[in-house]
Amino acid sequence: MTERAPVLSVRGLSVRFLMPGGRRVAAVTDAHFDVAAGECLALIGESGCGKSVLASALLGLLPGNAQTAGRALLGDLDLLAADERTFARTVRGRLIGLVPQSPAAHLTPVRTIRSQLEETVAELTGVRGGRTALREAAEAAAERAAFPVDHLDRHPHELSGGLAQRAATALALVGDAPLLLADEPTTGLDRDLVDHTVDELRRHVDNADGGGARPGDGRALLMITHDLAAAERIADRVAVMYAGRLVELADATAFFGTPGPRHPYSRGLLDALPDRAFAPIPGLPPELGALPDGCAFAARCDRATDACAALPPLRGQVACHHPHAVLTKAADRA
Amino acid sequence: MLELRTVTAGYGGNTPVFRDVSLSVAPGEAVGLLGPSGCGKSTLARVAALLHRPDAGTLLLDGTPVRHWRHRAPREQRTAFGVVFQQARLSADPRLALADVIAEPLRATGRREGAADRVAELAATVGLTADLLSRRPHEVSDGQLQRACLARALVLRPRWLVCDEMTAMLDASTTAALVRVVEDYRAETGAGLLAVGHDRVLLDRWCERTVDWATLTTPAPTPPPGTNKVRRGN
Repeated sequence: MTERAPVLSVRGLSVRFLMPGGRRVAAVTDAHFDVAAGECLALIGESGCGKSVLASALLGLLPGNAQTAGRALLGDLDLLAADERTFARTVRGRLIGLVPQSPAAHLTPVRTIRSQLEETVAELTGVRGGRTALREAAEAAAERAAFPVDHLDRHPHELSGGLAQRAATALALVGDAPLLLADEPTTGLDRDLVDHTVDELRRHVDNADGGGARPGDGRALLMITHDLAAAERIADRVAVMYAGRLVELADATAFFGTPGPRHPYSRGLLDALPDRAFAPIPGLPPELGALPDGCAFAARCDRATDACAALPPLRGQVACHHPHAVLTKAADRA
Repeated sequence: MLELRTVTAGYGGNTPVFRDVSLSVAPGEAVGLLGPSGCGKSTLARVAALLHRPDAGTLLLDGTPVRHWRHRAPREQRTAFGVVFQQARLSADPRLALADVIAEPLRATGRREGAADRVAELAATVGLTADLLSRRPHEVSDGQLQRACLARALVLRPRWLVCDEMTAMLDASTTAALVRVVEDYRAETGAGLLAVGHDRVLLDRWCERTVDWATLTTPAPTPPPGTNKVRRGN
């Protein structure tokens, strides 16, 4: 665990969508977490649990019918109170670099990678010295993400999935943003490419090569994913989200190894992996528009009791009335 | 027996996606086909499921050579296959409620009577609740939609199941749930399975036999990468 000052500090972040007919969808509720420089926090959970909405909130990309509450501090800037002008001029690309879900769709299809990189470099770094300097800066940016320079004149459709991913990462790194936000960066890639992609992300966390909050501190990485193997590979800490709430925040080594996760939902997720029990969690996640008053997981939980009718607060590291017992003792001693 | 003998397939032009691939699946057997992105395994799955006509080679279905693909295939051959694709969003008609998505094969083959009961029974099997069945694809999550697509693949009680990266977009719990549904169905009916994917851990756990694409063939020179996502929609 790192004791360094957090790059991003999220306090009580909530997002509600107002739907026709006065319905309200609670996409994210009361999220608290920090991400420090040189640290990778993996936000995991089933699809539709609110992970991507959280990312959109941090980037100011929520649709018009969304209401937010709480604070998300990036340095002195509260991302939830910032206006579009602030996002466009100082946040996107400069303070937060986005590594997108499907790079092939994120890149502009009708322009070469070189032209997109040069545009981004000119916009974000203000390189002086005309075309030659810009060209060199763009090639340097490509090399930083291990994108082969001889592929720069290709269009996105001429790239393999792995190379498109590197091109998108190169674009995200141009602005030397202290926070990298990766939203499902590995969806649809095969295992080798997944490993490769997350290893590269980790590398950018470890060596900030001039970026980061302070030299030598590295960047902070918030990786949103449902790929548990990818999270296990690179994360320092894990945040588990269920039905819009964070239900567990844990050290990655303890979470994936022994003693293992404490929340019954996190246990269920890990047990569903094919190299573990391969047993699904029974039932379906609740609708975000009609959440129960108590613990949202109670209906699927084999440990549920009457106490679960009340909402469990995120106490310490886990939001559950009856986290796994052996581990509770271990945590109490700690 | 489902047998591919020295099949060559592609999408026009001079370079096929793969050449001379042979693979067989015995009745009741589960075969996992493992390969990297863009190697042609999805195309092979489409050939095996009668969805793509190969350029050369033979497909034997219980000893009978298949002569026609897609809509030209005889109905008893077409309905012997249930197919689940990777991208549920692209493989479900956005205008249909999930109940109609599941019932579509029954309608298409003129078996409307008893369709409602069959849909309800399958919805319970794949874990869809009644209120989800009245929604359209944009109103449900990827996992819920893939559950409906699996139910659709099972609705005609196929003898062969072809799952092309069925779980690539899904989280661990939904993956385990869908694999269990497939395995329960196979235990009950003795259907054969061809599961295509790139997750060795998953396929080893799921299938009795896992085949590496590299052992089936030497690939044709450089098929264009990343085109399979688009191709899978029809």
